[in-house]
Amino acid sequence: MAMSATASSLARVSRFYEAPVGKKVVMAVTGMVLVGFVLGHMAGNLQIYLPAGADGVYAIDRYGALLHASEELLWGARLVLLASIGLHIWSAIQLATAANAARPVRYVRHSSLHSSYASRTMYWSGPIIGLFIVYHLLHFTTGTVHPDYKYLSVHDNVVKGFSVWYASAFYIVAMSLLCLHLYHGVWSMFQSLGFNHPRYTPRLQFGAKVFALLIAAGNISIPLAVLTGLVK
Amino acid sequence: MELNSRTPSGPIEKRWEQAKFDMKLVNPANKRKYHVIVVGTGLAGGAAAATLAELGYNVKCFCFQDSPRRAHSIAAQGGINAAKNYQNDGDSIYRLFYDTVKGGDFRARESNVYRLAEISVNIIDQAVAQGVPFAREYGGTLANRSFGGAQVSRTFYARGQTGQQLLLGAYQALERQISLGKVDMHTRTEMLDLIVIDGKARGIVSRNLITGQLDVHMADAVILGTGGYGNVFYLSTNAKGSNTTAIWRAHKRGALFANPCFTQIHPTCIPVSGDYQSKLTLMSESLRNDGRIWVPKKVGDKRSPQSIPEDERDYYLEREYPSFGNLVPRDVASRAAKRMCDAGRGVGPTGLGVYLDFAESIQRLGKSAVAERYGNLFEMYERITGENPYEVPMRIYPAIHYTMGGLWVDYQLQSTIPGLFVLGEANFSDHGANRLGASALMQGLADGYFVIPYTLGNYLASTKLDKVTSDHAAAKAAKAEVTDRIKKLLSIKGKRTVDSFHRELGKIIWDYCGMARNEKGLKEAIGKVRALKKEFWENVNVLGSEGELNQSLEKAGRVADFIELGELMCIDALDRKESCGGHFREEYQTPEGEAQRDDENYAYAAAWEYAGEGKEPILNKEPLTFEYVKPSQRSYK
Amino acid sequence: MKITLNVWRQASPAEAGRMVKYELDNVSEHMSFLEMLDVLNEQLIGKGELPVSFDHDCREGICGSCGFVINGVPHGPRRGTTVCQLHMREFKSGDELFLEPWRAAAFPVIKDLVVNRSAFDRIIQAGGFVSIPTGSAPDGNAIPVPKKDSDRAMSAATCIGCGACVAACPNASASLFTSAKVSHLGLLPQGQPERYDRAVKMVNQAKEEGFGGCTNIGLCEAVCPKNISLENIARMNRDFTVGAWTYREAAAEGGAA
Repeated sequence: MAMSATASSLARVSRFYEAPVGKKVVMAVTGMVLVGFVLGHMAGNLQIYLPAGADGVYAIDRYGALLHASEELLWGARLVLLASIGLHIWSAIQLATAANAARPVRYVRHSSLHSSYASRTMYWSGPIIGLFIVYHLLHFTTGTVHPDYKYLSVHDNVVKGFSVWYASAFYIVAMSLLCLHLYHGVWSMFQSLGFNHPRYTPRLQFGAKVFALLIAAGNISIPLAVLTGLVK
Repeated sequence: MELNSRTPSGPIEKRWEQAKFDMKLVNPANKRKYHVIVVGTGLAGGAAAATLAELGYNVKCFCFQDSPRRAHSIAAQGGINAAKNYQNDGDSIYRLFYDTVKGGDFRARESNVYRLAEISVNIIDQAVAQGVPFAREYGGTLANRSFGGAQVSRTFYARGQTGQQLLLGAYQALERQISLGKVDMHTRTEMLDLIVIDGKARGIVSRNLITGQLDVHMADAVILGTGGYGNVFYLSTNAKGSNTTAIWRAHKRGALFANPCFTQIHPTCIPVSGDYQSKLTLMSESLRNDGRIWVPKKVGDKRSPQSIPEDERDYYLEREYPSFGNLVPRDVASRAAKRMCDAGRGVGPTGLGVYLDFAESIQRLGKSAVAERYGNLFEMYERITGENPYEVPMRIYPAIHYTMGGLWVDYQLQSTIPGLFVLGEANFSDHGANRLGASALMQGLADGYFVIPYTLGNYLASTKLDKVTSDHAAAKAAKAEVTDRIKKLLSIKGKRTVDSFHRELGKIIWDYCGMARNEKGLKEAIGKVRALKKEFWENVNVLGSEGELNQSLEKAGRVADFIELGELMCIDALDRKESCGGHFREEYQTPEGEAQRDDENYAYAAAWEYAGEGKEPILNKEPLTFEYVKPSQRSYK
Repeated sequence: MKITLNVWRQASPAEAGRMVKYELDNVSEHMSFLEMLDVLNEQLIGKGELPVSFDHDCREGICGSCGFVINGVPHGPRRGTTVCQLHMREFKSGDELFLEPWRAAAFPVIKDLVVNRSAFDRIIQAGGFVSIPTGSAPDGNAIPVPKKDSDRAMSAATCIGCGACVAACPNASASLFTSAKVSHLGLLPQGQPERYDRAVKMVNQAKEEGFGGCTNIGLCEAVCPKNISLENIARMNRDFTVGAWTYREAAAEGGAA
């Protein structure tokens, strides 16, 4: 009896995902999508530093309007991102649960020499970044927790939003954690997908660190610029 | 007892083929009706268990370690010989056979040795197919090296871990059979007695080392691949758990023990550093290719090696053996080191050591070339001693490494108890009085992969075996004896620890039955061992109970057997009034101080029969005839 | 040297364990770590106390029997070294050391520092072999193996199965162990016929045994006495991914059993 094609490929997916390696591959692929988003998002945001054009419209506002030009495309992208975050988190939860079950009795003495702080704190940096994303959406996408939100007035929204010091502070903390998360994650996703080579992996690890620091620096610069009055 | 070696006749190169043809076969459908016990999972036992299971037999396999992969074959470094002649340098099956008989100082059975050389080529093929990552040339073919002074390059190797890789090959084959349900594996389980019914080996009594439970396992045949007994010396290169219990129990049930005094000393081990020393570590023999061995000329010279000027150093091997120098065979190098230390010229804190100096090689070849050749060995030395051999000469001393003696077996590898087969180092082997480097792995695998599958079938097909169960009186009696012995060990509650007895035994055997032996010393040793045995059974202190993991109890049982074996070794050494291979009797040496064989009176395998508690063992002789390799005197001057 | 030891003592799997403190006064720097424990045990027996149980056999770093955690580090502070090869000169007088067994659900404690590692054997049983019955092998030189592949296979194959990787891993993952075997056989032509199935089966078995997943932290590599590389885990991930997506049931007729 041959299985129907759908049933067989479903079985294949579940066989793949059941194993921890499969979960890590899912995390790596979704991580890659999210890393791409983070990079694009930052590149877009850095337009805050561009001045208003002759028509008095800020570059970033024009960019915001462009992104919203097609609601279908916008929602398509949003769905992909939400699905990626969902799968990323779901896999992480399952792996963490398995890890907990795999070591029911803890060591009396710990030592974590030879491993990076970032790698050991993925289970902490991840959830906090997750919470930040919710806050960030409420802050700048829906405006729910924003003091004076105007749809598509990106420049004004950013300046007003970050003028609240604790909102900026949380943003900066979250970006520092994102840096830590990427510091390990950007290299790790290659390892999970099976790419490791004595020649390239050290370079990749170095590149991941530089990337993480650049993302954090670029993003953190914005609230700082607002708070110091550089961007008004 | 009449010893029938069942050696085939005819031209030597046809004997194994003929023997295989003459053997009776078990029908494939009938194989699954037979049950076989294999004790030990090293190269011999592991290979046998896997192969017999492949053939269809029901195998029960036992090891005392927590996994079959940990058997001590894993520690073999150098390599495995095979007469492949891939190097086109004149090797052949006949040459390997010739070298092995001669290297064994003419105390091995020619037919067995020829078969070993013949099978050697199949072992390499099998290992390669299993995925053993042997060293390769750039063109992708197998690499070879010359080893232990052989004149051809016939040694296959996997870095310095050949034993590990070959064992993992056998282990993986065994695990495959376990997963297929053909092998019932019992880890952390020790064999404590053999069950003999109607004169045939029909089962064993085992102890589960975790729960202490004693079990009776019945079978149609029992195969022992339990290794050598080097730990009788307490300090040896063997693993701490290596023991003689399985073969010693079988000996006491009627299997003859052959040539127990044939033990091999390895000259390049790291010396003992203190009383707490628990084992000795071998440094590969290859070090002697570039290192120079010396001691100070002055007795009791305590200066650091660097501050001893060149003309106050004695490069004694180069002086005494100008043509072979530092590359004389293992036994010769070992005895020379002992002579130097006995004369008070030994080095290091204990005075039991000689220098192995690389200063000249480093100067000649450069540090990096030396590091390339011996880097991992230097690192190991540094890890253990804390000294850097690039700057300070290594200190080395001989240590017990291998035992050529073991249970007597015929050409079919069957002991004097029908249905009890003995493989690998556990049998009295194909190595005669001295084993050549890289031949131990070869023998273990030959026995396990390629001999026992035939000879076991022959036994089963030609023997009528009644159905027996664990309720049989002999099984119950054996189990009761084991129970009593354990109870006795736990009830003595004396003053001394098991280890203290083992250390004392080791010292007696090393001093009197070690590198050099003499009549007076051996007689003294026999007295001392007997006294030690008496004290052991009155004064040993074993804590804990039998129903748990009790490592002291395990050791106690093994040491009790080692004490008895130690006595037999001394008796055998005393009886053999000649020197040959690893057995050096000071009374029998050439004027140059080399081993003096007596082929007229001692060209036999001495097979000792257990005569009962407190009785002298009975000597049985298997005469050895040499039709192809004519006995000659070794000389390395 | 004077050394203070805190040793995990646990009488049996069912009973609760605890750390017990012992003082040793005359420790020689030339002793191996296990010899130091031998001395402790001789003293304990002399006092009528049960000695500390620990696994050990070859004491030359190759059998993989020994291993426990010293101050949070499997096999202790020296890299690339099993605890049997670790010598007391790595420590100084007055040091206080905490000895604990490997901690993992898949490695239940048997007694004191002894754990049950049979899960590793079952991972090998799942596929860590080449199915080649004795006697059916072609000539050793029939299939040339590039030296580079052979060398890399050998590096992976040096794994001694001690379990330190699991003990060190915050996820108690057996990925380094499993991948060492997957790599060893996957790199050789002899291992190709079963390569992808092997990876899938072994990875799944490791999960069944209760080991966690790999999150690429790298502590396993850091404590491995044989310096097995993380590269092997990447290769296992690759082979697993290919194997899982291309898996087929064995054909009903004529398929290998």
